[in-house]
Formats: sequence, C-alpha cells, structure tokens
Amino acid sequence: MTGAKWRWGFLDLVVIVFALIPVLWIASLSFKTPATITDGDFIPREWTLENYRNIFNTDQFVRALVNSIGIGLISTLVAVVLGTMAAYAIARLDFPGKKLLIGISLLIAMFPQVSLVSPLFEIERSIGLFDTWPGLILPYITFGLPLAIYTLSAFFRQIPWDLEKAAKMDGATQGEAFRRVIAPLAAPGVFTTAILVFIFCWNDFLFAISLTSTERSRTVPAALSFFQGASQFEDPTGAISAAAVIITIPIILFVLFFQRRIVSGLTSGAVKG
Amino acid sequence: MADIVLDKVTKAFPDGTLAVQEFNLEIADGEFVILVGPSGCGKSTTLNMIAGLEDISSGELRIDGQRVNDKAPRDRDIAMVFQSYALYPNMTVRENMAFPLKLAKLSREEIDRKVDEAAKVLELTALLDRKPANLSGGQRQRVAMGRAIVRSPKAFLMDEPLSNLDAKLRVQMRTVVSRLQKRLGTTTVYVTHDQTEAMTLGDRVVIMRAGAIQQVGEPQELYDHPNNLFVAGFIGSPSMNFLPATVSDGSLHTSLGDFPLGERLRSRLADVSGDLIVGIRPEHFEDASLIEDSIRQRGAEFEATADLVESMGSDKYVYFTVEGEKASAAELEELAADAGSGDLPSSGSNLVCRFSAESRVKEGDTARIWVNLDKIHLFDPSNGRNVTLHEGRSSGVSA
Amino acid sequence: MTAETATEKPTTHSVRAQRKAKARISEGKRQERKLGWLLCAPAAFVMIAVTAYPILYSVWLSFQRFDLKFPDQREFIGLGNYATVLTNEYWWTAFGITTLITVVTVAVELVLGMALAWIMFRTLVGRGLVRTAALIPYGIVTVVAAFSWKFAWTPDTGYLGNLFGEGAPLTERASSLAIIMLAEIWKTTPFMALLLMAGLALVPEDLLKAASMDGATGWQRFTKVMLPVMKPAILVALLFRTLDAFRVFDNIYVLTGGANNTSSVSMLAYNNLIRGLNLGIGSTMSVLIFIAVAIIAFIFVKLFGTAAPGSDEGGRR
Repeated sequence: MTGAKWRWGFLDLVVIVFALIPVLWIASLSFKTPATITDGDFIPREWTLENYRNIFNTDQFVRALVNSIGIGLISTLVAVVLGTMAAYAIARLDFPGKKLLIGISLLIAMFPQVSLVSPLFEIERSIGLFDTWPGLILPYITFGLPLAIYTLSAFFRQIPWDLEKAAKMDGATQGEAFRRVIAPLAAPGVFTTAILVFIFCWNDFLFAISLTSTERSRTVPAALSFFQGASQFEDPTGAISAAAVIITIPIILFVLFFQRRIVSGLTSGAVKG
Repeated sequence: MADIVLDKVTKAFPDGTLAVQEFNLEIADGEFVILVGPSGCGKSTTLNMIAGLEDISSGELRIDGQRVNDKAPRDRDIAMVFQSYALYPNMTVRENMAFPLKLAKLSREEIDRKVDEAAKVLELTALLDRKPANLSGGQRQRVAMGRAIVRSPKAFLMDEPLSNLDAKLRVQMRTVVSRLQKRLGTTTVYVTHDQTEAMTLGDRVVIMRAGAIQQVGEPQELYDHPNNLFVAGFIGSPSMNFLPATVSDGSLHTSLGDFPLGERLRSRLADVSGDLIVGIRPEHFEDASLIEDSIRQRGAEFEATADLVESMGSDKYVYFTVEGEKASAAELEELAADAGSGDLPSSGSNLVCRFSAESRVKEGDTARIWVNLDKIHLFDPSNGRNVTLHEGRSSGVSA
Repeated sequence: MTAETATEKPTTHSVRAQRKAKARISEGKRQERKLGWLLCAPAAFVMIAVTAYPILYSVWLSFQRFDLKFPDQREFIGLGNYATVLTNEYWWTAFGITTLITVVTVAVELVLGMALAWIMFRTLVGRGLVRTAALIPYGIVTVVAAFSWKFAWTPDTGYLGNLFGEGAPLTERASSLAIIMLAEIWKTTPFMALLLMAGLALVPEDLLKAASMDGATGWQRFTKVMLPVMKPAILVALLFRTLDAFRVFDNIYVLTGGANNTSSVSMLAYNNLIRGLNLGIGSTMSVLIFIAVAIIAFIFVKLFGTAAPGSDEGGRR
C-alpha cells in the first residue's frame, strides 16, 4: 500500500515539476538584476524588484494592463449574460432551432480565428472600430459564447428542476422560486463559466495584435511582443518577464481557488455537450 | 382541511394525446385516496393538475367547494411530497422546513415552534442543522414530509414518495405515512405504481389506465370484484392467473379441463357466448388432498406437473405450465409490458397456485389440484369486462 | 336506440374538449417557443454577425487584387489570388509545417494526456494538488509560456540554452520546430487530459472488475474495455485539439517569428495581412484555412457518427 503511494507520489511530482518549470523560470528571470539576467542560472543570484518597478513606470504596460482587464471583464460579462439566457433555453425549453444553435456554437468553437482576422481588420477599419475596445470585445464575445453555452447548459441540466415545482408548492411565486431556490444553485455554474471565458479573453494574442495598432487598446499579451524595456537600448528580458508574471497572477489565483470548479466546468461542458 | 372534487378533468398534450380523460372523483375531507396504475397512465399528471403545476385543459377542479383551475399553486394551500424529495440543497433541514412558512410571512417564533413540532413528530430534531446532502434516503424522505406537514395545508399530494427507498425502508415508511395521515386527518392524494402500497395505504384506490379511471373502490372491493381484466391483473401479488376459455352446454372449457358452470355463473352468462378469459387468483387453487369433502363440491379438480415449488413458510407457491394457447387481450399485454415480463419466453401459460403449507407437493410431482369455482372470474376478451359481476357492481364508479 | 345516443354523447363531448384543449396547449407551446427564441436570439445574432458576415466578406475580398499599399490597383481578379497562393512555395511549406505540428503534437498529447488523465483520476495522494498543477499550463497566457521557453532556450540566458552544445537552437529549423512543438504540447496536454479524464469517469468500475474476473490483463483491460467506452470522449478531445493545433500561431510568433521557414498557415496569413497589408492575398489564405478546417471537422464528424457533441443532449451521461 505505501509502495503504491510512493509510486503515485513520484508520478505526481513529475507532473507538478513539468507543469511548473516554465512558470518558475519566468518568475526567476523577473527577479534577476540586469547584470545577472543572462547568467543562465535557474535561481537568481541577486534578487531585485527593479523590473517590476520599471514596467509599472511605463505607460506602455499600465495602459495594456488596464485594457486587458477592462476588455476581459466586459467581454466576459456580456458573453456570460447572453450565454446564460441561451443555455437556459437549451437546457429547459423545447423549441425548433435548438439543434441548429448548438451546431452553430460548435462550429464557432472550432472556427480558425485567423480566417476572421482579415475581414474583421478591413470591416473594423471601415466602421471605425479598429484599435478600440469594442473592436476586441466583439470577437471575444463571439468566441466566448460557445464556451459559455456549452458549460452552462451542462450545468443547468444538472439542476434538479423539481425544486422549482417544490418551491411553488411551498407558496413561492415564479420570481421567488427563481431567486431563492434556482439562482443559488445556478450561481456556481455561472461563476465557473465566467472564469473560463475570462481566461480565454485574457489569453488571446492573435486578435489583440491584429486588431490594434496603438497603446489605446493593446492588451498585455500583444504589448509584450512590443516591449523594449525601460529605455530603448535595454535588454527587455527582465521587463517582459515581470509583465508576464503580473498577468499570470490572476490565472494562478483562479486555478488555486477554483481548481475543482474549473475541472468540472471544462469536462462537463466539453464532453457532455 | 378540505374536500377535493375533480369534475370531468381532462389533460391534453400538444400532440393531441389525452393524458387524462374526463376524470371524475370526489375526495372527502380527511380521506386517503391512492391513484395507482402503470407508468404513463396519467396518475402523476392528475396529481400535478390538482397541485396546479400543470394546466387543466378542460373540466373543473374544486378544493373546499371553490373552483381553483386558474389559481397558482401557492394560492391553493396544498403541500406536495416529490419522488425526488426536492429538498433545497443549499438550505439546512430547518431552513427547508421553514421555507414555506417564511414565504407565508409568519413570525420567527411561530416558524421555530412549528418546525420544532413537525421535527418532533418525524423524529428529525437531531438533524435540523444538517444539509440534505448529509442525510440518508429515509431521512431525506422524512424531511420532505416535514416540509409538507409544517404549514398544516388543506391537503397533501404525494408523488411516489417511497419509490426511491430500498425495500425494507419502504415498508417501514409506509406505516409512518399511514399513521401520520390518520393522526393529522388531512385529505391526502397519493400516487404510486406499486399495487401493494395502494392496497395497504388507502381508504380508497383509483386504478387508472391510459388516462382513464378503471375502477374506484376500497382495496378489498377491488380485489374481490374487479371491474375488468386490467384491474383484476393489476391488483394482487402474485397476480391473477388467466386462461382462455369457452362456454357451451352448461360447462366451461379450459386447457385445465372442462368445469361445470354453477348457478352463479350460469345466470350471468345467459347472454354471453364465444371466447372468454377465465381468471383465477392463486389462493383459489388448493392441493386436492387437503380439501374437505364438505367444500369439495364447490369446485373442480385437474392434474398438472409442478415446475417449481416455493415454500414461504406460511404457505407454498406452486408453479405449473399449461400447454395450449395463452389468454390474449390488450389489457393483459399492457400489464405484462408494465411488469417487464412481456418478452419472457414460454410455451403455454404459467400458473401460480398458493397451497397451504401442509401440502406435500414437490417439484416434478404430478399434483391433483382443486379449483374453487365460486371464486373464478370470467372476462370478455374483446372489451375486458368482467362478465361475472352482477349489474350493480359492473356499472362501475361507486363513491 | 337510447343506448346509441347515450354512448354517442360523451364521444362528441370529449372530442370537443380535446379540440379546445389542443388550442390552449398550443398557445402554451407557442409561448415556450417564443421564449426559447427570444433567449437565444442575442447569442445567435452576435455569433453569426461576427463570423458569418466576415467570412463571406473574406470570400469577396479574396477575389480581388487589394493591397493597402497600392489601393488604386484594387480590382476584381476572380480566382487569381487562389492561383497565386496555391502555386506559392511558401504557402505549401507553411501548410506542411502546420500539418506536421498538428499531427505530431496531437499524437504526443493523446499519449501524454491519457497518462496525465490516469494520474489525475487515480492518484492516491495529492489529487487536488496534481490537478491544480496541471491546470496552470491550461490557464497560462500562451505568449507568457512562449517567452519562458524562448528565454530558456536562448544561449547563455537560459537554463536549456547550452543543453545541446554550441549554437542557438532557435536559429535552426529542425530544433526551432521541436521547441515550438514542445511549447504547444506543454500548454495543451492538460486540456486534453481533462477531456480524457471525463471519459475515464464514464468507465464503470464494475466493468473493469468483470474484465479482470474474466482474466484480462491490465493492458487488455485498457484496450478492450476502457478505450471502447472512452471512444466518444477521445474523439471529442482529438477533434478539439486537432482544430486548435491547426490554428497554431502564438508560440511561433514569439519563438521564431516565422524565421527559418517555421511559419504556420496562420502566421503566413497574418504576415501577408498585417505586415504586408495585402488584403487580397491575406483573405485568400483565410478562406483556404477555413476550408481546410472544415474538411478536418467533416472527417471527424463522419468518424463520430452519432457520438458527435450536440447530436443528443444529455444522452451520454
């Protein structure tokens, strides 16, 4: 028995090391001083917060961070609201066209995003959305929606809807039944979906570099590739690393606190869809 | 507390099928009525219409003399226990039971008092602070009942409340439900597909099939005088034996042999001819060697080989196979399908006899069997009607 | 005579009741449909407006000579752009690279993902920990991971830079491709594993017990019992990952920028469009990529048969 435990423990360790090394490495780089940054050591010899101080002093990064957060939150909010409505209909109502909607969202989930880049580039330029927040929010909502619809309809199907009847029998109005019984049960699913959609928006790179051209709406992943460090002649490695660590923090927090939910959201949405 | 009247209540579904057809029933104040039938017979739909969870397509529903067709469930003042229990997972047992009272805007003290009282009755006091996820099946069931009784509604509706419990607990909870109903004296409508529950629990039983009432009556009445093949086959365990039969020259021809028609049957069969189905309950057979001469002449005897003998201690179930055609009627096929035995392979009809424990019949023996002809029923296979009932009973619905 | 009228009356009555009921029910049904459409309309509208219209517009653009550097020369040239792209060596190189990356990464991820799924599902110790760790590659921003790998393989700077002796791995084609694939595999194996884990959860414990009672070895239990039960989950995972891998862009952009003939089709389309500002050619490539993805999806759906997601809701619990 203990032998088996050691074996599993070893396998766990392999997975954990494999998963963490690139993250620890970029974190390590971000704490290195300019002098030691090219020494190739995995653990910094001299620790410094200089890189962080520098990036927060550049408008380039702060602006991008604001863009990333704002665009991510708005896209998530809209996608989750629209997705919740559609998923409720899919899980609970019977209407023609339901299959079609599921089919469309599946198609979009598999859509090659680069195929949208050229027409969107041209369309957004002609209607003035290019290099604006809405210009990124729109495609993010579009690609976030299939994810939201799948995950949420799987969640909604698991809600015991008998409870709605029970609440009505207990004297609740339709509104009370929803507010006091259904909503508390649906909330975790909606929350998990919001996390997944936000991660998607937070991650995107292709739309971010194609549909923006200035700091006005460039998000952090896109800004990273334009990074030149505090001054033009400085090696940007430290700055890039520090910025990378900053935008990894929310992901780490989500994963740490909501591991169980993210796992169940991803698996139920993708397999049982 | 109140009486419930269903007056030609009908439920039609979008595709035009009638789930419930002109359902007429008067449920007296304090009565315990069971709706029973195979799945899809419309019993749950009927219950949901009484609850207000489904619209009534036509007809009228009156509770306490008031028409309530268009009232929302919350305005009907009735409580319901669901098969899945439908406990709110995010609330503790106490909160679950308090929920209807909170919605009714009762004061805190009153809510606490009523919940404590109901918890005591159902022995839930120790569990009040737990969440439903941490309860056993039987405990959840009791919480569901507690939530129903806590606000003293006009009536209880129960939708197969025991069918998610295991067999032993189900028998226990049956007596709990029964005692509780007697104690509170609240009008109760109880839906089940289990004929044993129907027989043991109800003051009256309503047997449904394909959206229509087959017979209404006290359990014993249904057992002794079934209106038709369906009721006869549905009530009783093991169920009634059916064989094809014909009548001619004053005697009944069956694959068991020819039986003389007594005075009782001859008068009823005056205007009946052609094919019939004979129905015999297992206990109306007996090991012929155990029959006293005084009653021997009420019946007839035949011989058959026992396939299987199950000794129950108090009595013996003896199984025979009778070669020849099987009794066939739409009702019997439906019953077989519901019991899941529709596609069991067998050549000929299987008979079950209940012999007294003294019988010495063993497997493989050729036994001499006596059948009580006073108790047999004859059915018309074309419409399933019991032709042996006298007019007063066969005319059906009696309140 | 009297009997006849007596039986006739209730029949007509019930027919009328039925008809009346039907009308009322279909009213409720209509309400339900209306609500269904109403709730889905916004989502459907956004999804279609932001994909269908642009892709049609893209087809229109692909029939034109349209270079933003020379806007005056815009003209309709029919299939001219397609001839240009399909006879272009770069396109086919990129297509080959994309296919290679897709095939290799998906194959490796399937094997590693299965192993990881098994570990996450079965481990006796630290199940939460290992699942949390595995989610990090899934959640992390691809560009961040790409930079981490880039710095790791940079000579002198990185801990892996001098692993294979002198020379920079990211300046040679073969090693660059290997690193791109490594980065892809690192990033997406956990996602594959999660999907496969959902499939593992569907394998009934009793089935495995029955198989071992029947004398199946561990490997036989895996291939004869688990794989068939998991087949739908595996196909879903493969479909998602194949189409996803075919879009590979972020890692290549950061790691090599497409240098040394390491461009994928997405990279090439992006370069023509955003860097070259050639809308005609860029759109043509977009349409071709769309067609390629559609073909891959079609093949998978054929393979799926009825197991395709969405073909039966909740039927595969």
